[in-house]
Amino acid sequence: MKLFKQTLAMVVALGLAAVLTACGQDAASRDALAHAKEVNTIVWGVKADTRLFGLMNVKTGKIQGFDVDMARALTKQILGPSAEATLVQVTSDTRVPMLKGGNLDTVIATMTVTPERQKVLDFSDPYFNAGQSLLVKKGSPIKTVADLKAGTKVIGVQGSNSVDNVQKAAPKTTVLQLSDYAQAFTALKSGQGDALTTDNGILYGMSKQDPNYVVVGGTFTKEPYGIAMNKGQTALRLAINQALKELKASGAYTRLVNKWFGDIPGFDAKEVE
Amino acid sequence: MFSIITDHWATLCAGLGYTLMASLIALVGSLVIGTAFALMEISHRKWVRLIGRAYVELIRNIPLLVITMAFFVIVPMFIVKVDGFTAGTIGLTIYTSAFIAETVRAGIESVAVGQMEGARSVGMSYTQAMVHIVFPQAIKIVIPPLGNQFINLVKNSSVLAFVAGFDLMYQAKIIANLTFDTFDTYLAVGVFYLVLTMPLSYLMRYLEKKWVTA
Amino acid sequence: MQNFIDAYSQVNLAFLLRGLWVTVEVSVTSIFFSFLIGTLLGIARYVKVRFFSSLVGFLIDLLRNLPLLLILFFTYFALPKIGIRLGVIPASIVAMTVFESAMLAEIVRSGINAVPIGQMEAARSNGLSYAQAMIQIILPQAFKKMIPPIVSQFISLVKDTSLATIILLPELTYHAQIVYGQNANYAIPMFVALAVLYFIANYTLSIGARLINRRLNHA
Repeated sequence: MKLFKQTLAMVVALGLAAVLTACGQDAASRDALAHAKEVNTIVWGVKADTRLFGLMNVKTGKIQGFDVDMARALTKQILGPSAEATLVQVTSDTRVPMLKGGNLDTVIATMTVTPERQKVLDFSDPYFNAGQSLLVKKGSPIKTVADLKAGTKVIGVQGSNSVDNVQKAAPKTTVLQLSDYAQAFTALKSGQGDALTTDNGILYGMSKQDPNYVVVGGTFTKEPYGIAMNKGQTALRLAINQALKELKASGAYTRLVNKWFGDIPGFDAKEVE
Repeated sequence: MFSIITDHWATLCAGLGYTLMASLIALVGSLVIGTAFALMEISHRKWVRLIGRAYVELIRNIPLLVITMAFFVIVPMFIVKVDGFTAGTIGLTIYTSAFIAETVRAGIESVAVGQMEGARSVGMSYTQAMVHIVFPQAIKIVIPPLGNQFINLVKNSSVLAFVAGFDLMYQAKIIANLTFDTFDTYLAVGVFYLVLTMPLSYLMRYLEKKWVTA
Repeated sequence: MQNFIDAYSQVNLAFLLRGLWVTVEVSVTSIFFSFLIGTLLGIARYVKVRFFSSLVGFLIDLLRNLPLLLILFFTYFALPKIGIRLGVIPASIVAMTVFESAMLAEIVRSGINAVPIGQMEAARSNGLSYAQAMIQIILPQAFKKMIPPIVSQFISLVKDTSLATIILLPELTYHAQIVYGQNANYAIPMFVALAVLYFIANYTLSIGARLINRRLNHA
């Protein structure tokens, strides 16, 4: 019944809001850090479809991963030990519109800092250095990105810059874009594509889940992950950068890297920092 | 909005093409399958009726997305490789066939048997009666609901976006991710869908009115 | 077979049922509001108030001719640009309500149209006001005829909630995708579960409608 009332209010508010928009304060442009201090929480957009970074645990319904732990640690570092991070699920496809729409304060979701994105968003200092690679079925003839010729199909995820990168690196291959990494990996297993491309960290997570699939060919791009926020949120950006430095200095950052990536074969934890 | 349309004209047109193609193929396919199941539903044999009924009831109660995803995920694992466009089109065909079956069954049942007998008794041959009496009436009964099904197909074909089927909705998501201009992109794509569905929708309403009152 | 046993572990089933609950929650709320709004819009279209009715008619036609997927997207991703920010559940409910209201308005309009015009005239000549005649005489008759198409529309609504996976509504289909996304062996069991659960949900709706129909016809 609570939902009923809420929605009734929502429908009425919808009409009103449309009229009052011009007068209302825009959530995307208000000072996110000041607001976060007021409510003692930061609203983070995190992945729920990406093993190692942000994955839904079916048993608990909670999201777990490196990005999630980073979000929690950064929240406490910025707002103090009593503060809690609020986690909202995003995909590569939905994170930018959700951030720009003001549903989130900031996004920590395997997001590469690119010039195109910097035109519409601000980024923190990189917190993780990934590189794009390929995931294929064991024994696949595809060994490197050079093997992606005409007639091969490579699977990517909508809204990730890896689809643009692979189109540049292998212009003849057909790129199939799916809505999230869970769907993309399922499609690879179904044989919808010959390879799946995205950042190596994400691919190692998939390989860990199903060892019949392996990461090949090394990395062919550099993908520095940044924490994204709306343009003009300078106070929040500086606070996050400061907190990142503190976490690195205290060794908390290295502990988190080792917790999630320490036992991944072929993955050099030193490279990411 | 206009810059989205002009900058991405080729992409949008390609999407429109795939949307239209999937809808047309699914229309023909679901017409064939739907009619077959409609005939089964009015069969004299009980078990044939039962199969027809079960198919229609089952498909009508399962979401199109679930049917489509099943073809995209499961069928290639065990049976045969189908790409996203094919999986989407098959999903659309099967889903729509259940509704066509209902329409056709209702249509057949509503056509009076007396019409044919009457035509024969005034001296027409079977073919003449079919061509001059039964067929024109049948078309009038069948066209409006079929037209509405086609509109539904165009709208429902947006499910192809889930399976990388290159349709209008899929292209919309790609453009939105390129330009980061979600609002204008979806507004523009909405116009593209309306260009397809609105005229059809008004035509169907006109035909319904004309034929019902005539 | 082992896949089925593993897939239907208590943990996975509980996860699916949590998704089903969201599906039901969103469906029931949307059904309630779209029935209300759809009826009002249908009447607004029927009564033919100059300008107003044709404007309502045009808006209904616009919405009816757009894919629900697009409306969902628009509600969640585009409306924030003009200051309307909704969480994922309210956004789904609003989008479903907007779309289904337009579909229902059309059903209601043709339902009222099917009631013989003499009914209204008779009611008015017996001293009822237009509104009284509409509410007491016309609508009850119209609704009796409308029950089957309205129920089909509600079944569509329940099925269409699955499209909200695209904005990450944690409903049934999305939860199933998460489960088989983490273990491809569970794909078939999950699709079977989806088919069964949606079938049960919609069949319950049909049976409920049949009971209401029977009661109305006996009254």
